[in-house]
Amino acid sequence: MLYADTVRNRSLSEQPVLIAIIFAVSCVVFALVGLHHTLLALPFLPQPEEHGLVTQGIATLVVAGLFTLNILLISRLRLRLQIFVVWAELFMCFLIFFFAFDLNFPFILTKLPFLLTQGVFTTLYVSAISITIATVLAIFGAIAKLSSNGFAFAIASFYTSMFRGLPLLVQIYLIYLGLPQLGIFVDAVPAGVIALSLCYGAYMTEIFRAGIMSIDKGQWEAARSIGFKFGLTMRRVILPQAVPIIVPPLGNQFIAMLKDSSLVSVLGVWELMYLARTLGQREFRHLEMLLTVAIIYWVMTIVFEIVQGRIESYFQKHHRR
Amino acid sequence: MTHEDTNAVGSEIIAIRDMHKWYGNFHALKDINLTVHLGEKIVVCGPSGSGKSTMIRCINRLEGHQKGTIHVDGIELHEDMRNIDIVRQEVGMVFQHFNLFPHMTVLENLTAGPMWVKKLPRAEAEDTARRYLERVKISEQAEKYPSQLSGGQQQRVAIARSLCMEPKVLLFDEPTSALDPEMVSEVLETMEDLAGTGVTMVCVTHEMGFAKAVADRVVFMDEGRIIESGEPVEFFKNPESERTKKFLDQILS
Ligand SMILES: Nc1ncnc2c1ncn2[C@@H]1O[C@H](COP(=O)(O)OP(=O)(O)OP(=O)(O)O)[C@@H](O)[C@H]1O
Ligand SMILES: [Mg+2]
Repeated sequence: MLYADTVRNRSLSEQPVLIAIIFAVSCVVFALVGLHHTLLALPFLPQPEEHGLVTQGIATLVVAGLFTLNILLISRLRLRLQIFVVWAELFMCFLIFFFAFDLNFPFILTKLPFLLTQGVFTTLYVSAISITIATVLAIFGAIAKLSSNGFAFAIASFYTSMFRGLPLLVQIYLIYLGLPQLGIFVDAVPAGVIALSLCYGAYMTEIFRAGIMSIDKGQWEAARSIGFKFGLTMRRVILPQAVPIIVPPLGNQFIAMLKDSSLVSVLGVWELMYLARTLGQREFRHLEMLLTVAIIYWVMTIVFEIVQGRIESYFQKHHRR
Repeated sequence: MTHEDTNAVGSEIIAIRDMHKWYGNFHALKDINLTVHLGEKIVVCGPSGSGKSTMIRCINRLEGHQKGTIHVDGIELHEDMRNIDIVRQEVGMVFQHFNLFPHMTVLENLTAGPMWVKKLPRAEAEDTARRYLERVKISEQAEKYPSQLSGGQQQRVAIARSLCMEPKVLLFDEPTSALDPEMVSEVLETMEDLAGTGVTMVCVTHEMGFAKAVADRVVFMDEGRIIESGEPVEFFKNPESERTKKFLDQILS
């Protein structure tokens, strides 16, 4: 939460000018995108060959009016309910978008079990292994980048520069196709895991570095003056304080990794994206499969977000500053 | 403390000889000579920026010096030493801003050193910790986090944390200057109480009452030099140099 102000903001219903502005703007926008046609197409209305300008105008006003009324009503709800209703309405918009494609649902239903078992499983385990390795890489990378050892700094900064600099897709190809040229043969899954770990390790190095730097120098001095060596100080004093700070950016990386794991589909790994493409291709039902995995990815992301929220509130309770 | 019977009383514990320190081009400490004997209480004072903190931080090598020598308990401090952690176990430090570990409870702050550095079993470390918490009169706060304590209580926890390592020397860097006036006395009382136990103390402070009560010697620094040092009674009554006189006038007025 931001700093909670003790002064109440004026509610929307007390600001008629603002309401008028919302109404006017929504009129213009809805007229421009032609939203009134949706209303006019409702089955219980008479359907002449063409609607007159007056009818169109009234329709626009009605749609904009409903929209403004909706906002006004929501603004009067309690905070939790407000959040819930806005979520629900936005989600409904997404569903309308989803259903607008005239999808073949029986087809989706026949493929769904396979997507959920094989696809989700592979995606999750590839991501989980990669994120674990990436975290370890990142901790060492961050320490190396902060160290005064020339070798450590040079290697770590070269590493972050290179793996943040090359597109992930290129890295995946380079590892899968390049390593065999050197006589090292890697399967598709390990190759994907290596590429994801190296790439995300590089990004997360910077996150850990920022976290470690944010800890007051006095903490180092206190630990060192009790006789803690470097490693012990890091493990027991610095990282435990840095981790709560970097949970939000780390959560970002976890979620991004989850979806970037779809790039290893180019190696023929049977994860979600690969299955979606091959299953869709076989029966020319691309959109069905794409939209289905889109929702599956989104659901997995929501789970991650909930877990992240839990971790954050855990640290808020247990690690006071 | 526990070690005092192993050393003959009065043997040298800290010996600084012709020590210089530079921060880049800035000559922060010039020709420092200071000997501290076991059991002695030294108070260091002087105007802001005179190098007091820098000097006492050199004694446990939180800062490095460039010229001269520093011996602590017979071990010379220098750049490429492997046993700095051993010296640091012998030399406790109390900071102006406490520097407690905010993610640990008071008890965990106190047992951290004994358990992870000295590898004592938890039960023994907690016994020691509770004993020292009692000594600084906050045994009832053991399970709290530092942020739940007042400044004075935090500083007393910090003192107890140093004591748990059973050091031969305690260094204090302005332990009361970040505290509200009404909390200063509780910390000073704790320190006076400690002084009675025979531990060696080197204390940077402007609390002249404390200096008069416990110091064996007062050291005055200005512009990176030790200007003079002497017994507190003499030091306050007849300071040798003009600068000391001026400083004392300012601080005692
Ligand atoms: N890390 C540093 N880098 C450069 N100069 C420093 C550093 N630390 C201290 N100095 C300088 O060294 C001089 C002595 O600083 P020091 O902190 O020892 O003074 P002090 O006597 O403790 O003063 P105060 O009473 O304000 O704490 C000051 O002029 C300060 O600017
Ligand atoms: Mg100072």
